[in-house]
Amino acid sequence: MSETATIHADAHHSDDGGRGMRKLIWKTFWILLFITVGEIIIAFSSIPHGILKLIFISLTIVKAYFIVGTFMHVKHERTQLGYTILLPFALIVYFIAMMMAEGNALHFIREVIEGIK
Amino acid sequence: MWIFLMSDAFTFSSLLIAYGTLRHKFGDSWPIPGDVFHHFPFYHGEIKLAYVGLMTFILIMSSVTMVLAVEAGHRNSKKEVMLWMFFTIIGGLMFLGSQAWEWYHFITGSEEGKMIGGKLIHGANLSINEYGNPLFGDFFFFITGFHGFHVFSGVCINIIVFILVARGFNDRKKDYELVEKVGLYWHFVDLVWVFVFTFFYLI
Repeated sequence: MSETATIHADAHHSDDGGRGMRKLIWKTFWILLFITVGEIIIAFSSIPHGILKLIFISLTIVKAYFIVGTFMHVKHERTQLGYTILLPFALIVYFIAMMMAEGNALHFIREVIEGIK
Repeated sequence: MWIFLMSDAFTFSSLLIAYGTLRHKFGDSWPIPGDVFHHFPFYHGEIKLAYVGLMTFILIMSSVTMVLAVEAGHRNSKKEVMLWMFFTIIGGLMFLGSQAWEWYHFITGSEEGKMIGGKLIHGANLSINEYGNPLFGDFFFFITGFHGFHVFSGVCINIIVFILVARGFNDRKKDYELVEKVGLYWHFVDLVWVFVFTFFYLI
């Protein structure tokens, strides 16, 4: 568990009484809020659905980056810990790719058998 | 803590992947989330997605107060830790209340309802859904319910840690690692909601 608490020793905590950290927290908050509001606004724009999906997924990953990086302070931990946490999720990406192909195949089978468009 | 969070993240990933797969399979009868979730308190028209946007804001906000509590813990400022943790607990409770409200409106459905199989159906439960495929309702209840239960546990753990801090547990230990750990869990819950929000409500 000591890994989770290594942040104590970080440089940006030492001399300014945490002021730099607080500034970073609020900056992250504004970024997250701005992205969320932006997402809701573009949900009703006339951008084609395929592109919209891509935008949403990339913005979600950006938000996840800020939450995991700053709020969960992975950015300030040792690099190895970051890799240990993030690399297993490559398997999830593979899983997503497989299961989406599977879903499309199932839809295709329904089209053929049940005649649904 | 990180090992637990990762296993939990895998569970949520699997649930969302299952949702995606079946959504691809039944793409023709899947409801458009914007048409389902358009209620807003004290307002009788339709504002699509506004309420869930507000819920997201509440959860992100409570995540901010949590990280401020952790930051105050690094300075051993007991008073500030308690203040920020208090706001976090309030934020968590507000989110739970919002979710209950959202469920209520999904379950009771629209006034006019929809004819399915010769019967007039209002709202949704695990086997019927006036908005489209019943599987949407199943996934909605299961995934948001599972997430809501995480928020509920988070609020309980937050309250316990709040009491411990108030009784001087961390002063005796000379560090606020406990606050740090519950903070990690709380941010994780926020992170999961960011993904649920995208895949359930936006896409």
